[in-house]
Amino acid sequence: MPTIKSIVAICAFLLTLGVFAGLSAWPLAAADNATVTAGGVTLHSVSTRFPDPGRLFPGGDSADAINNNCLACHSTGMVLTQPKMSRAAWQAEVDKMRNTYKAPIDAAAVPAIVDYLVSLKAGK
Amino acid sequence: MSSSDRDQAPSRRRFLAQATLVSGLAVTYPAWADSFVDLGLPGGPSQRELTGAFPQKGRMVLQRSRAPLLETPFETFDRGVFTPNNQFFVRWHWAVIPEAVDVASFKVAVRGHVNNPLSLSMADFLKMPRVELAAVNQCSGNSRGYFQPRVAGGQWGNGAMGNARWTGVRLRDVLDRAGIKNGAVAVRFNGLDQPSVDSGPDFIKSLDIEHARDGEVMLAFEMNGEQLPLLNGFPLRLIVPGWYSTYWLKMLNDIEVLDAPDQNFWMATAYRIPDTPHASVTPGQTGFKTVPINRMVPRSFFTNVTDKTTVKADAALPVRGIAFGGDCGVAAVEVSADQGKSWKKTTLGRDAGAYSFRQWSTELAPPRSGKLTLQVRCTNTKGEVQPSEPNWNGGGYMRNVIEQVELTVA
Repeated sequence: MPTIKSIVAICAFLLTLGVFAGLSAWPLAAADNATVTAGGVTLHSVSTRFPDPGRLFPGGDSADAINNNCLACHSTGMVLTQPKMSRAAWQAEVDKMRNTYKAPIDAAAVPAIVDYLVSLKAGK
Repeated sequence: MSSSDRDQAPSRRRFLAQATLVSGLAVTYPAWADSFVDLGLPGGPSQRELTGAFPQKGRMVLQRSRAPLLETPFETFDRGVFTPNNQFFVRWHWAVIPEAVDVASFKVAVRGHVNNPLSLSMADFLKMPRVELAAVNQCSGNSRGYFQPRVAGGQWGNGAMGNARWTGVRLRDVLDRAGIKNGAVAVRFNGLDQPSVDSGPDFIKSLDIEHARDGEVMLAFEMNGEQLPLLNGFPLRLIVPGWYSTYWLKMLNDIEVLDAPDQNFWMATAYRIPDTPHASVTPGQTGFKTVPINRMVPRSFFTNVTDKTTVKADAALPVRGIAFGGDCGVAAVEVSADQGKSWKKTTLGRDAGAYSFRQWSTELAPPRSGKLTLQVRCTNTKGEVQPSEPNWNGGGYMRNVIEQVELTVA
């Protein structure tokens, strides 16, 4: 189980990231029931909620690094459904996340993340 | 969602969502998964949850919850050539996606190398000359999970595709209203989704100016006679008939005419294919030229018989499925029961247009007890036929090998 310390670390990290990312993609406060009609078509405004992913990578302490660094941008699903991959292939994926997609992952955390990914078994 | 929730500052809202995530430590699995499906991916992991947790979507194969990757359960394709909106596959790159869109204030900018920059409302689009087109929308990496050797990426089965009747306006008409200046070479598209990290590359794609003005590329505000589900790009989506889904920008709110080739990451680096027949190379091969992924290639599928299942011996075997030509129509669909030594022509269903799925069907002679392998192949109206050998590339793109099902006859 993650320690209290690591939970606090996750909270602090995620808060930092949320502020840092700016999240300016919510410019549209939908007026309830606002519609647009023309040419025989009516479009209705939409306001909804996406489900909370609500999951961490399993594996206890060995998953701390990946849980602390990777869940701000994406949930666990696509990672856990990857086929068995080599260390070099996983290293390349983590490098891509950092260098190309600018994931704010501390270099010191990278070996533990790669170790975790290499240890994944292609289960059912 | 209450209005007070909506009024919260974004960072605060996000923090609450993340706090929920963290407090959910003890809860490994939310009650999403009501059942599982096995996609038959070689070497696994092959099992996926089925979920009905996403707004405006029915039961979908869950590939990733955030940013959502949802696959259409394959049996859906047996029910007709048009994929229901609530089962149409979903694919987002970045997780920062608006959960609310107000159609009354939504605007699309048309700008860049134009004479009259525009800001168009949904009402403006609804008042323009209208077009309707049936077209398949297929992820570049549909079926990636069947690549061998396996490659990294979304591990889709065959359900990252769908066909809909799209209603909207021609992109050409929109561009003409803005007046393209001489020297324009491309048109770039952006949507409301944003990178999770400010410095990450925003998801944007572009088309050559001639393609953008071909009169077929359109902006759709309806699919299958209804407004688009939010996760499929509400309120407006770019439709690029015959081309892979990566170009079909969702929640489209920005159209930029460029006077120089687009060098952005999503064109220059990502979604590149080997410039080789079938975009195929040998695993490990390097030094080949690449180009942006573009037109689709023909495919066909069985929909009423499933791999590794049992059919009746000594009874006529009706088989049917769907096919599409890629960037043109379906000329023929044939079935083989002898490993491709002979092929039997099937009957094609109603033609809903060159870019649509087309149903095919036939009846096979009563099989004897034992093993039976059936194959299906499509030839498109350009004479291009599905290959008997699978292609391979590191991106897991453009799979279109002849499909087969292995049946037990008893």
